[in-house]
Amino acid sequence: MNIFNIIDSFQKFDGDAVGRLEHASRRMFMNRIGSKLAAAAIPVAFGTIVNKAFGATPTATDVLNYALTLEYLENEFYMIGNGTSGLIKTEYAPVFTQIGKHEKAHVDFLVAALAASAVKKPTFDFPAVFPTVFTDFATFVTVSKALEDTGVRAYKGQAGNLITSKPLLEYALQIHSVEARHASIARRILGKISGDATIKGWISNDTGFPAAVYAGEGNVVQGTLNLPGVAGLEAISFTNITEAFDEPLTMDEVLKIAGPFIKAM
Amino acid sequence: MVNRRYFLRSAGVAAATGAFILGACTDHDIQGDQTVDLGSGDVGILNYAYALEQLEAAFYTQVMMTPYAGMSAEEKMILTDIRDHEIVHRQFFKAALGGAAIKGLTPNFSSINFSDRASVLGAAKLFEDTGVQAYNGAGKLIVSADYLLLAGKIVSVEARHASAIRDLLMPNTGSFAGDDVLVSIMGFGGFDGAVPPSVILPAVQPFVMDKISGANLPS
Repeated sequence: MNIFNIIDSFQKFDGDAVGRLEHASRRMFMNRIGSKLAAAAIPVAFGTIVNKAFGATPTATDVLNYALTLEYLENEFYMIGNGTSGLIKTEYAPVFTQIGKHEKAHVDFLVAALAASAVKKPTFDFPAVFPTVFTDFATFVTVSKALEDTGVRAYKGQAGNLITSKPLLEYALQIHSVEARHASIARRILGKISGDATIKGWISNDTGFPAAVYAGEGNVVQGTLNLPGVAGLEAISFTNITEAFDEPLTMDEVLKIAGPFIKAM
Repeated sequence: MVNRRYFLRSAGVAAATGAFILGACTDHDIQGDQTVDLGSGDVGILNYAYALEQLEAAFYTQVMMTPYAGMSAEEKMILTDIRDHEIVHRQFFKAALGGAAIKGLTPNFSSINFSDRASVLGAAKLFEDTGVQAYNGAGKLIVSADYLLLAGKIVSVEARHASAIRDLLMPNTGSFAGDDVLVSIMGFGGFDGAVPPSVILPAVQPFVMDKISGANLPS
C-alpha cells in the first residue's frame, strides 16, 4: 500500500484532505522529526481519499514505494514469526527462514534503489487483524499464504505501469515470480497441516481466505478468449483453467487487504 | 528421430508416439531448411512462449502417460495439474496467435528417463525454472501492456510449479526458491533470473527436434 505517495497525490485533488492529514504529508515522513507525528488518525481519513488519488497514473517511484510498503509488511511478518519460539513447526522452519531472507533482501534492495525517495516503514499490527497469528501455526501459515498470494497479484497489477521503465520492470518481474514460489509452498504447507487437499500450490477458482485476496481469480477469459471454449481444452476442467492464470490486483484492492495491518505510518 | 528407448520400457507406449505431433502443422513459417522462425515483435515473443509451452505440455503429457514407478498420490496430483495448466497455456497461445502461430513442434526427450523419478522431476525442475527465467527475460521485450499482463499471469503459475517440483525433490528445505537458482541484483539476493531468448533457445534446443530460430525476436 503506497500510503505516502497517495498522500502526495491526493493533495493535488483535495485541498480539504490536506488539512485533515497535515501530519501525514510525505514531507513530514521524509523528515525524521515529522515521523513522530504519524498519528493513528491517518488510516481513518486514508480510506476516504484513496480512491481519488488512485485516479492518477503512478510513476515508477510510486510503484516501487508501493512494492516497498508491501515488502516491509511481509518482512516484518516473517521476522516476528521466525523469531517467535515454538510458533513454526520445526520441519517447516527452513521454509519460512528462506522466505524471510528473501523479503528482507527485497526490502533492502528497494530501499537502496529508491534512496532518498524510499518511504519509511509503517507500524504494523498483525494480531490486531488475526489475534492468534503468532501463537497458532495454522493461522500464521494462513496469513503467510494470503500475504504471498496478495504480493503476486500486487506486483502483477503494476507491470503495465513499469512498461516504459524497462530495468525496473525486469526487477519487479524477478521479485514477482519469487513471491509466487513463496505462495506455492505456503499454500501447500497449509493444505497439509489443515488436511485440506483442495489447497494446492496454485489458486483454484476464487477460493481462499480471506476472500478479498482471491476475488477475481476464477477468471477464465484471457485476452479475448473464453478459455473453456478454446480448441484442445475440452478435457481440461474449469478449475484447472482458473489455476493456469494468476490475476492482478489494483492498488486500491491491495489497500483493502493490507490496510488493516497498518497501525500507523 | 526421437529416441524411443525409454518409452519402450513401459507398456502402452506405442500409443504415446502419436502425442509427439502437438498440433496441426502449418508451413508458412518454415523456411527452406525447415527451421521454425518465431518471428518478430510481440508476435515473435508470443510464439516464443508458445514454443516453450508446447515443450512443457508434451513433457507432462508423457510423464502422466507413462508414470514412473512409485509415483506418490501427491506427486500424481501435482504432475497432473501441471500437465493441464501447460496444456491450457499451449492452447491459449495457439488460439491467440491464430494464423501467426508456429507449427506444432516435435520434442526430443531422449535424454529423459520417464521411468525414473529423479530423471522426470529433474527435467520438470529444469523446464519450470527455465520457463520462469524465460518469461521474466521476455517481459521487457513486450510492447503491448495487454500481452505483458498475460505473460505475467502465466509466469507466476510457472513459478508456483517450480516451487512445488523443487519441494518434491528436497522437501521442507529452502529449495523451493533455492539459492542455487535465484540471483542477486546489486548485491541483494532473492530474485529469479531474467534470461533473454538468445540464451534460453540454445538451452532448450536439445529438447526439440525442429530447429528453432529466434533471430528476428526483439532484443
